[in-house]
Amino acid sequence: MSILAAEGPNPLIPPVGEIIIGLIAFAIVLLVLFKFVAPRFEQVFRARREAIEGGIERAEAMQAEAKAALEQYRAQLAEARTEAAQIRDQARAEGQQILEELRAQAQQESARIVARGEEQLATSRQQVVNELRGQIGRLAVDLAGRVVGESLEDQARRSGTVDRFLDQLDGMAAGTSPDGRGGATGSAVYAPQGDR
Amino acid sequence: MVTSSALERGGVLAVESDPGGGFVAPGIEEFYPPAIAEFSVLGIDFEITRITIILWVATLAMLAFLIAAVRKPAIVPGKLQFIGESGYSLVRDGIARDVVGPKGLPFAPFLASLFFFILANNLMAIIPFAQISPMSRFAFPLVLAVICFVIYVWIGIREQGAGRYFKDILFLPGVPKPMYILVTPIEILQNFVVRPFTLAVRLFANMFAGHMLLVVFSLGAVYLFSRDNFSFIFGPVSALMAIVMTFFELLVIFLQAYVFTVLMGTYLNGSIEAEH
Repeated sequence: MSILAAEGPNPLIPPVGEIIIGLIAFAIVLLVLFKFVAPRFEQVFRARREAIEGGIERAEAMQAEAKAALEQYRAQLAEARTEAAQIRDQARAEGQQILEELRAQAQQESARIVARGEEQLATSRQQVVNELRGQIGRLAVDLAGRVVGESLEDQARRSGTVDRFLDQLDGMAAGTSPDGRGGATGSAVYAPQGDR
Repeated sequence: MVTSSALERGGVLAVESDPGGGFVAPGIEEFYPPAIAEFSVLGIDFEITRITIILWVATLAMLAFLIAAVRKPAIVPGKLQFIGESGYSLVRDGIARDVVGPKGLPFAPFLASLFFFILANNLMAIIPFAQISPMSRFAFPLVLAVICFVIYVWIGIREQGAGRYFKDILFLPGVPKPMYILVTPIEILQNFVVRPFTLAVRLFANMFAGHMLLVVFSLGAVYLFSRDNFSFIFGPVSALMAIVMTFFELLVIFLQAYVFTVLMGTYLNGSIEAEH
Protein backbone atom coordinates (compact mmCIF):
# COMPACT_ATOMS: atom_id res chain seq x y z
CA MET A 1 0.00 0.00 0.00
CA SER A 2 2.68 2.44 1.01
CA ILE A 3 4.57 1.58 -2.11
CA LEU A 4 1.49 2.21 -4.23
CA ALA A 5 0.77 5.54 -2.54
CA ALA A 6 4.29 6.66 -3.10
CA GLU A 7 4.22 5.59 -6.72
CA GLY A 8 0.80 6.99 -7.61
CA PRO A 9 -0.09 10.62 -8.14
CA ASN A 10 -1.40 12.72 -5.27
CA PRO A 11 -5.20 12.74 -5.51
CA LEU A 12 -5.35 16.16 -3.83
CA ILE A 13 -3.47 17.81 -6.70
CA PRO A 14 -5.99 18.26 -9.49
CA PRO A 15 -4.99 18.58 -13.13
CA VAL A 16 -5.76 22.01 -14.57
CA GLY A 17 -7.62 20.52 -17.54
CA GLU A 18 -10.04 18.76 -15.25
CA ILE A 19 -10.71 21.99 -13.33
CA ILE A 20 -11.65 23.70 -16.57
CA ILE A 21 -13.88 20.80 -17.58
CA GLY A 22 -15.57 20.97 -14.19
CA LEU A 23 -16.05 24.73 -14.54
CA ILE A 24 -17.63 24.34 -17.95
CA ALA A 25 -19.93 21.57 -16.76
CA PHE A 26 -21.10 23.56 -13.75
CA ALA A 27 -21.46 26.72 -15.82
CA ILE A 28 -23.82 24.87 -18.14
CA VAL A 29 -25.81 23.61 -15.17
CA LEU A 30 -26.03 27.14 -13.76
CA LEU A 31 -27.09 28.55 -17.10
CA VAL A 32 -29.86 26.01 -17.61
CA LEU A 33 -31.17 26.34 -14.06
CA PHE A 34 -31.10 30.13 -14.00
CA LYS A 35 -32.53 30.59 -17.48
CA PHE A 36 -34.97 27.76 -17.75
CA VAL A 37 -35.62 25.48 -14.79
CA ALA A 38 -35.88 27.93 -11.89
CA PRO A 39 -38.21 30.43 -13.63
CA ARG A 40 -40.52 27.61 -14.65
CA PHE A 41 -40.63 26.22 -11.13
CA GLU A 42 -41.27 29.69 -9.70
CA GLN A 43 -44.02 30.15 -12.25
CA VAL A 44 -45.65 26.90 -11.15
CA PHE A 45 -45.35 27.83 -7.47
CA ARG A 46 -46.87 31.25 -8.14
CA ALA A 47 -49.69 29.77 -10.19
CA ARG A 48 -50.38 27.22 -7.48
CA ARG A 49 -50.36 29.84 -4.73
CA GLU A 50 -52.71 32.01 -6.75
CA ALA A 51 -54.95 29.07 -7.41
CA ILE A 52 -55.11 28.27 -3.71
CA GLU A 53 -55.62 31.89 -2.70
CA GLY A 54 -58.20 32.30 -5.45
CA GLY A 55 -59.94 29.18 -4.18
CA ILE A 56 -59.99 30.56 -0.65
CA GLU A 57 -61.28 33.88 -1.89
CA ARG A 58 -63.97 32.16 -3.90
CA ALA A 59 -64.95 30.08 -0.89
CA GLU A 60 -65.10 33.20 1.28
CA ALA A 61 -67.25 34.99 -1.28
CA MET A 62 -69.57 32.02 -1.45
CA GLN A 63 -69.79 31.86 2.31
CA ALA A 64 -70.64 35.56 2.48
CA GLU A 65 -73.25 35.05 -0.20
CA ALA A 66 -74.76 32.13 1.67
CA LYS A 67 -74.80 34.17 4.88
CA ALA A 68 -76.52 37.05 3.10
CA ALA A 69 -79.07 34.66 1.65
CA LEU A 70 -79.69 33.21 5.10
CA GLU A 71 -80.16 36.69 6.55
CA GLN A 72 -82.55 37.49 3.76
CA TYR A 73 -84.52 34.32 4.36
CA ARG A 74 -84.66 35.04 8.07
CA ALA A 75 -85.87 38.58 7.43
CA GLN A 76 -88.44 37.30 4.98
CA LEU A 77 -89.55 34.67 7.44
CA ALA A 78 -89.94 37.24 10.22
CA GLU A 79 -91.81 39.49 7.83
CA ALA A 80 -94.08 36.64 6.83
CA ARG A 81 -94.67 35.82 10.46
CA THR A 82 -95.66 39.37 11.35
CA GLU A 83 -97.78 39.51 8.25
CA ALA A 84 -99.47 36.28 9.18
CA ALA A 85 -100.10 37.58 12.69
CA GLN A 86 -101.52 40.75 11.22
CA ILE A 87 -103.77 38.81 8.89
CA ARG A 88 -104.87 36.61 11.75
CA ASP A 89 -105.68 39.61 13.92
CA GLN A 90 -107.48 41.27 11.08
CA ALA A 91 -109.42 38.12 10.37
CA ARG A 92 -110.34 37.80 14.00
CA ALA A 93 -111.49 41.42 14.10
CA GLU A 94 -113.40 40.95 10.89
CA GLY A 95 -114.99 37.80 12.22
CA GLN A 96 -115.97 39.65 15.36
CA GLN A 97 -117.42 42.41 13.25
CA ILE A 98 -119.31 39.99 11.06
CA LEU A 99 -120.60 38.27 14.16
CA GLU A 100 -121.71 41.59 15.61
CA GLU A 101 -123.35 42.51 12.36
CA LEU A 102 -125.08 39.20 12.12
CA ARG A 103 -126.24 39.46 15.68
CA ALA A 104 -127.55 42.96 15.08
CA GLN A 105 -129.18 41.83 11.88
CA ALA A 106 -130.76 38.86 13.63
CA GLN A 107 -132.01 41.11 16.39
CA GLN A 108 -133.41 43.46 13.83
CA GLU A 109 -134.99 40.61 12.02
CA SER A 110 -136.49 39.16 15.14
CA ALA A 111 -137.71 42.59 16.14
CA ARG A 112 -139.24 43.00 12.73
CA ILE A 113 -140.86 39.56 12.86
CA VAL A 114 -142.21 40.29 16.31
CA ALA A 115 -143.52 43.66 15.14
CA ARG A 116 -145.18 42.13 12.14
CA GLY A 117 -146.72 39.41 14.29
CA GLU A 118 -148.08 42.05 16.61
CA GLU A 119 -149.42 44.00 13.71
CA GLN A 120 -151.07 40.93 12.28
CA LEU A 121 -152.45 40.09 15.63
CA ALA A 122 -153.85 43.60 15.99
CA THR A 123 -155.35 43.45 12.53
CA SER A 124 -156.98 40.10 13.06
CA ARG A 125 -158.28 41.27 16.46
CA GLN A 126 -159.75 44.32 14.85
CA GLN A 127 -161.36 42.09 12.28
CA VAL A 128 -162.73 39.79 14.95
CA VAL A 129 -163.96 42.78 16.96
CA ASN A 130 -165.69 44.30 13.93
CA GLU A 131 -167.22 40.97 13.04
CA LEU A 132 -168.32 40.33 16.59
CA ARG A 133 -169.75 43.82 16.84
CA GLY A 134 -171.91 43.16 13.77
CA GLN A 135 -173.01 39.77 15.02
CA ILE A 136 -173.71 41.02 18.56
CA GLY A 137 -175.77 43.88 17.14
CA ARG A 138 -177.75 41.58 14.93
CA LEU A 139 -178.12 39.00 17.66
CA ALA A 140 -179.27 41.66 20.19
CA VAL A 141 -181.80 43.13 17.75
CA ASP A 142 -182.95 39.64 16.84
CA LEU A 143 -183.38 38.64 20.46
CA ALA A 144 -185.11 41.96 21.30
CA GLY A 145 -187.45 41.44 18.29
CA ARG A 146 -188.38 38.00 19.53
CA VAL A 147 -188.98 39.49 23.00
CA VAL A 148 -191.03 42.37 21.63
CA GLY A 149 -192.79 40.21 19.10
CA GLU A 150 -192.04 42.01 15.96
CA SER A 151 -189.08 42.59 13.84
CA LEU A 152 -187.11 45.53 14.92
CA GLU A 153 -184.46 44.77 12.47
CA ASP A 154 -185.10 47.42 9.86
CA GLN A 155 -185.84 50.05 12.37
CA ALA A 156 -182.81 49.30 14.39
CA ARG A 157 -180.71 49.41 11.30
CA ARG A 158 -182.29 52.67 10.37
CA SER A 159 -181.83 54.34 13.67
CA GLY A 160 -178.38 52.75 14.43
CA THR A 161 -179.42 52.15 18.00
CA VAL A 162 -177.20 49.21 18.55
CA ASP A 163 -174.19 50.86 17.14
CA ARG A 164 -174.74 53.91 19.21
CA PHE A 165 -175.10 51.75 22.33
CA LEU A 166 -171.95 49.88 21.60
CA ASP A 167 -170.08 53.11 20.98
CA GLN A 168 -171.35 54.41 24.25
CA LEU A 169 -170.14 51.23 25.89
CA ASP A 170 -166.80 51.71 24.29
CA GLY A 171 -166.62 55.30 25.38
CA MET A 172 -167.58 54.28 28.91
CA ALA A 173 -164.92 51.66 29.12
CA ALA A 174 -162.32 54.07 27.84
CA GLY A 175 -163.43 56.76 30.25
CA THR A 176 -163.58 54.65 33.47
CA SER A 177 -160.42 52.65 32.98
CA PRO A 178 -157.79 54.05 30.66
CA ASP A 179 -155.41 51.16 31.42
CA GLY A 180 -157.90 48.70 29.90
CA ARG A 181 -158.59 46.80 33.11
CA GLY A 182 -161.82 48.64 33.68
CA GLY A 183 -162.87 47.51 30.23
CA ALA A 184 -162.43 43.94 31.31
CA THR A 185 -164.72 44.33 34.23
CA GLY A 186 -167.25 46.40 32.30
CA SER A 187 -167.80 43.89 29.54
CA ALA A 188 -166.81 40.32 28.81
CA VAL A 189 -166.44 41.21 25.14
CA TYR A 190 -163.50 43.49 25.81
CA ALA A 191 -161.60 41.07 27.91
CA PRO A 192 -159.22 39.90 25.13
CA GLN A 193 -158.33 43.47 24.22
CA GLY A 194 -157.34 44.44 27.73
CA ASP A 195 -155.42 41.26 28.50
CA ARG A 196 -153.16 40.83 25.53
CA MET B 1 -20.70 -22.40 -7.10
CA VAL B 2 -17.86 -20.53 -8.71
CA THR B 3 -18.29 -19.99 -12.41
CA SER B 4 -15.40 -20.52 -14.71
CA SER B 5 -15.48 -16.91 -15.90
CA ALA B 6 -15.25 -15.63 -12.34
CA LEU B 7 -12.37 -17.99 -11.75
CA GLU B 8 -10.70 -16.70 -14.83
CA ARG B 9 -11.22 -13.06 -13.85
CA GLY B 10 -9.97 -13.76 -10.35
CA GLY B 11 -6.97 -15.43 -11.80
CA VAL B 12 -6.29 -12.59 -14.16
CA LEU B 13 -6.77 -10.07 -11.38
CA ALA B 14 -4.44 -11.99 -9.12
CA VAL B 15 -1.86 -12.23 -11.83
CA GLU B 16 -2.21 -8.56 -12.68
CA SER B 17 -2.04 -7.46 -9.07
CA ASP B 18 0.71 -9.67 -7.87
CA PRO B 19 2.55 -12.36 -9.71
CA GLY B 20 2.92 -14.14 -6.36
CA GLY B 21 -0.85 -14.93 -6.38
CA GLY B 22 -1.87 -13.09 -3.16
CA PHE B 23 -4.69 -10.51 -3.05
CA VAL B 24 -3.56 -6.97 -3.61
CA ALA B 25 -6.07 -4.33 -2.58
CA PRO B 26 -6.97 -1.78 -5.23
CA GLY B 27 -5.16 1.49 -4.79
CA ILE B 28 -5.07 5.04 -5.99
CA GLU B 29 -4.79 3.90 -9.61
CA GLU B 30 -8.54 3.21 -9.46
CA PHE B 31 -9.07 6.95 -9.89
CA TYR B 32 -6.66 7.32 -12.79
CA PRO B 33 -8.18 5.34 -15.62
CA PRO B 34 -6.35 5.35 -18.94
CA ALA B 35 -7.03 8.39 -21.12
CA ILE B 36 -9.35 7.88 -24.06
CA ALA B 37 -8.21 11.08 -25.73
CA GLU B 38 -5.60 13.66 -24.94
CA PHE B 39 -5.15 17.11 -26.34
CA SER B 40 -3.61 20.43 -25.42
CA VAL B 41 -5.24 23.84 -25.68
CA LEU B 42 -3.23 27.00 -24.91
CA GLY B 43 -0.67 24.91 -23.10
CA ILE B 44 -3.22 23.26 -20.85
CA ASP B 45 -3.36 19.50 -21.13
CA PHE B 46 -6.81 17.94 -21.35
CA GLU B 47 -7.19 14.26 -20.65
CA ILE B 48 -10.50 12.66 -21.50
CA THR B 49 -10.97 9.55 -19.40
CA ARG B 50 -14.04 7.48 -18.61
CA ILE B 51 -14.54 9.67 -15.52
CA THR B 52 -14.75 12.76 -17.71
CA ILE B 53 -17.37 11.03 -19.85
CA ILE B 54 -19.29 9.97 -16.72
CA LEU B 55 -19.27 13.62 -15.59
CA TRP B 56 -20.83 14.72 -18.87
CA VAL B 57 -23.32 11.89 -18.96
CA ALA B 58 -24.43 12.61 -15.38
CA THR B 59 -24.65 16.36 -15.95
CA LEU B 60 -26.56 16.08 -19.20
CA ALA B 61 -28.88 13.37 -17.85
CA MET B 62 -29.69 15.54 -14.84
CA LEU B 63 -30.33 18.58 -17.04
CA ALA B 64 -32.50 16.50 -19.35
CA PHE B 65 -34.49 15.29 -16.36
CA LEU B 66 -34.99 18.83 -15.03
CA ILE B 67 -35.96 20.19 -18.42
CA ALA B 68 -38.41 17.33 -18.90
CA ALA B 69 -39.82 18.05 -15.45
CA VAL B 70 -40.56 21.69 -16.25
CA ARG B 71 -41.32 21.30 -19.93
CA LYS B 72 -45.06 21.45 -19.39
CA PRO B 73 -45.49 23.04 -15.97
CA ALA B 74 -48.89 22.31 -14.48
CA ILE B 75 -50.53 23.34 -11.24
CA VAL B 76 -51.29 19.70 -10.58
CA PRO B 77 -47.91 18.13 -11.33
CA GLY B 78 -47.31 14.91 -13.19
CA LYS B 79 -44.96 12.27 -11.83
CA LEU B 80 -41.83 13.72 -13.39
CA GLN B 81 -42.69 17.29 -12.48
CA PHE B 82 -43.48 16.19 -8.94
CA ILE B 83 -40.06 14.58 -8.48
CA GLY B 84 -38.26 17.59 -9.96
CA GLU B 85 -40.36 19.95 -7.90
CA SER B 86 -39.70 18.03 -4.69
CA GLY B 87 -35.95 18.32 -5.26
CA TYR B 88 -36.14 21.98 -6.20
CA SER B 89 -38.47 22.79 -3.28
CA LEU B 90 -36.13 21.01 -0.88
CA VAL B 91 -33.39 23.45 -1.86
CA ARG B 92 -35.60 26.50 -2.43
CA ASP B 93 -37.67 26.28 0.75
CA GLY B 94 -35.45 24.15 2.98
CA ILE B 95 -32.18 25.92 2.26
CA ALA B 96 -32.60 29.18 0.30
CA ARG B 97 -35.54 30.42 2.35
CA ASP B 98 -35.03 28.79 5.75
CA VAL B 99 -31.23 28.65 6.02
CA VAL B 100 -30.07 31.66 3.99
CA GLY B 101 -32.93 33.79 5.28
CA PRO B 102 -35.54 36.17 3.93
CA LYS B 103 -33.17 37.49 1.27
CA GLY B 104 -32.24 33.96 0.25
CA LEU B 105 -34.75 33.20 -2.50
CA PRO B 106 -32.64 34.74 -5.30
CA PHE B 107 -29.94 32.18 -4.43
CA ALA B 108 -32.32 29.26 -4.93
CA PRO B 109 -31.28 28.59 -8.56
CA PHE B 110 -27.60 28.64 -7.62
CA LEU B 111 -28.09 26.36 -4.62
CA ALA B 112 -30.31 24.07 -6.69
CA SER B 113 -27.58 23.92 -9.36
CA LEU B 114 -25.08 22.87 -6.71
CA PHE B 115 -27.42 20.26 -5.27
CA PHE B 116 -28.48 18.69 -8.54
CA PHE B 117 -24.99 18.79 -10.04
CA ILE B 118 -23.45 17.08 -7.01
CA LEU B 119 -26.33 14.62 -6.66
CA ALA B 120 -26.22 13.55 -10.30
CA ASN B 121 -22.47 13.08 -10.24
CA ASN B 122 -22.54 11.30 -6.90
CA LEU B 123 -25.22 8.92 -8.14
CA MET B 124 -22.79 7.69 -10.78
CA ALA B 125 -20.93 5.99 -7.91
CA ILE B 126 -23.52 3.21 -7.77
CA ILE B 127 -24.94 3.24 -11.27
CA PRO B 128 -23.86 0.02 -13.02
CA PHE B 129 -21.07 0.32 -15.60
CA ALA B 130 -20.14 3.81 -14.37
CA GLN B 131 -19.65 2.97 -10.69
CA ILE B 132 -17.38 5.84 -9.96
CA SER B 133 -18.34 9.35 -8.99
CA PRO B 134 -16.59 12.22 -10.75
CA MET B 135 -16.71 13.88 -7.34
CA SER B 136 -14.02 11.42 -6.24
CA ARG B 137 -11.72 13.40 -8.50
CA PHE B 138 -10.64 16.35 -6.37
CA ALA B 139 -10.80 18.81 -9.27
CA PHE B 140 -14.61 18.83 -9.43
CA PRO B 141 -15.42 19.40 -5.75
CA LEU B 142 -12.63 21.97 -5.71
CA VAL B 143 -14.21 23.89 -8.57
CA LEU B 144 -17.53 23.98 -6.71
CA ALA B 145 -15.93 24.97 -3.41
CA VAL B 146 -13.94 27.79 -5.01
CA ILE B 147 -17.07 29.09 -6.77
CA CYS B 148 -18.89 28.97 -3.44
CA PHE B 149 -16.05 30.76 -1.71
CA VAL B 150 -15.97 33.54 -4.29
CA ILE B 151 -19.73 33.94 -4.11
CA TYR B 152 -20.10 34.12 -0.37
CA VAL B 153 -17.23 36.61 -0.03
CA TRP B 154 -18.65 38.69 -2.89
CA ILE B 155 -22.16 38.62 -1.38
CA GLY B 156 -20.72 39.58 1.99
CA ILE B 157 -19.01 42.61 0.47
CA ARG B 158 -22.09 43.53 -1.54
CA GLU B 159 -24.50 43.24 1.36
CA GLN B 160 -22.42 44.67 4.20
CA GLY B 161 -19.78 46.72 2.39
CA ALA B 162 -16.13 45.68 2.14
CA GLY B 163 -15.00 47.54 5.28
CA ARG B 164 -17.71 46.18 7.52
CA TYR B 165 -17.44 42.64 6.14
CA PHE B 166 -13.69 42.30 6.60
CA LYS B 167 -13.71 44.20 9.88
CA ASP B 168 -16.25 41.80 11.33
CA ILE B 169 -14.12 38.86 10.27
CA LEU B 170 -10.88 40.35 11.57
CA PHE B 171 -12.37 41.65 14.79
CA LEU B 172 -15.30 39.52 15.70
CA PRO B 173 -17.83 41.77 17.47
CA GLY B 174 -18.58 41.00 21.10
CA VAL B 175 -15.18 39.49 21.84
CA PRO B 176 -12.94 41.03 24.53
CA LYS B 177 -10.01 42.86 22.95
CA PRO B 178 -7.17 40.65 24.27
CA MET B 179 -8.91 37.63 22.77
CA TYR B 180 -8.35 38.99 19.26
CA ILE B 181 -4.83 37.54 19.43
CA LEU B 182 -6.47 34.15 19.45
CA VAL B 183 -9.74 34.74 17.64
CA THR B 184 -8.56 36.80 14.65
CA PRO B 185 -6.20 34.17 13.17
CA ILE B 186 -8.83 31.49 13.68
CA GLU B 187 -11.50 33.62 12.00
CA ILE B 188 -9.26 34.44 9.03
CA LEU B 189 -8.29 30.83 8.68
CA GLN B 190 -11.86 29.67 8.95
CA ASN B 191 -13.36 32.13 6.48
CA PHE B 192 -10.72 32.05 3.80
CA VAL B 193 -9.11 28.62 4.08
CA VAL B 194 -11.00 26.12 6.16
CA ARG B 195 -14.48 26.72 4.78
CA PRO B 196 -13.73 26.24 1.06
CA PHE B 197 -11.18 23.54 1.76
CA THR B 198 -13.49 21.47 3.98
CA LEU B 199 -16.35 21.98 1.55
CA ALA B 200 -14.26 20.45 -1.23
CA VAL B 201 -12.49 17.79 0.83
CA ARG B 202 -15.63 16.55 2.60
CA LEU B 203 -17.36 15.78 -0.67
CA PHE B 204 -14.25 14.44 -2.38
CA ALA B 205 -13.19 12.23 0.53
CA ASN B 206 -16.64 10.75 0.99
CA MET B 207 -16.96 9.77 -2.62
CA PHE B 208 -13.35 8.62 -2.79
CA ALA B 209 -13.66 6.44 0.29
CA GLY B 210 -17.05 5.14 -0.77
CA HIS B 211 -15.69 4.03 -4.10
CA MET B 212 -12.69 2.38 -2.42
CA LEU B 213 -14.95 0.45 -0.08
CA LEU B 214 -17.13 -0.83 -2.91
CA VAL B 215 -14.13 -1.79 -4.99
CA VAL B 216 -12.39 -3.58 -2.13
CA PHE B 217 -15.45 -5.67 -1.29
CA SER B 218 -16.32 -6.40 -4.91
CA LEU B 219 -12.83 -7.42 -5.93
CA GLY B 220 -12.40 -9.23 -2.65
CA ALA B 221 -15.49 -11.33 -3.40
CA VAL B 222 -14.21 -12.16 -6.87
CA TYR B 223 -10.80 -13.06 -5.49
CA LEU B 224 -12.22 -15.24 -2.71
CA PHE B 225 -14.55 -17.07 -5.09
CA SER B 226 -11.61 -17.86 -7.31
CA ARG B 227 -9.57 -19.54 -4.58
CA ASP B 228 -9.24 -23.29 -4.80
CA ASN B 229 -8.88 -23.73 -1.05
CA PHE B 230 -11.58 -23.32 1.63
CA SER B 231 -11.32 -19.49 1.69
CA PHE B 232 -13.96 -19.23 -1.08
CA ILE B 233 -16.61 -19.71 1.62
CA PHE B 234 -15.89 -16.10 2.62
CA GLY B 235 -16.74 -14.96 -0.90
CA PRO B 236 -20.50 -14.54 -0.24
CA VAL B 237 -19.74 -12.49 2.88
CA SER B 238 -17.64 -10.11 0.86
CA ALA B 239 -20.27 -9.94 -1.90
CA LEU B 240 -22.99 -9.24 0.67
CA MET B 241 -20.88 -6.49 2.18
CA ALA B 242 -20.47 -4.95 -1.28
CA ILE B 243 -24.28 -4.85 -1.63
CA VAL B 244 -24.79 -3.43 1.87
CA MET B 245 -22.13 -0.81 1.21
CA THR B 246 -23.87 0.11 -2.03
CA PHE B 247 -27.00 1.02 -0.08
CA PHE B 248 -24.88 2.86 2.44
CA GLU B 249 -23.28 4.66 -0.46
CA LEU B 250 -26.73 5.71 -1.69
CA LEU B 251 -27.31 7.38 1.66
CA VAL B 252 -23.93 9.11 1.50
CA ILE B 253 -24.65 10.30 -2.05
CA PHE B 254 -27.79 12.17 -0.99
CA LEU B 255 -26.36 13.29 2.30
CA GLN B 256 -23.20 14.80 0.79
CA ALA B 257 -25.12 16.63 -1.92
CA TYR B 258 -27.43 18.05 0.75
CA VAL B 259 -24.68 18.86 3.25
CA PHE B 260 -22.65 20.74 0.64
CA THR B 261 -25.68 22.83 -0.27
CA VAL B 262 -26.78 23.46 3.33
CA LEU B 263 -23.28 24.57 4.32
CA MET B 264 -23.16 26.95 1.38
CA GLY B 265 -26.54 28.20 2.62
CA THR B 266 -25.20 28.92 6.09
CA TYR B 267 -22.14 30.68 4.65
CA LEU B 268 -24.42 32.83 2.51
CA ASN B 269 -26.57 33.55 5.56
CA GLY B 270 -23.43 34.74 7.40
CA SER B 271 -22.59 37.02 4.47
CA ILE B 272 -26.06 38.50 4.13
CA GLU B 273 -26.86 39.03 7.78
CA ALA B 274 -24.25 41.00 9.67
CA GLU B 275 -23.01 39.15 12.73
CA HIS B 276 -24.20 40.62 15.98
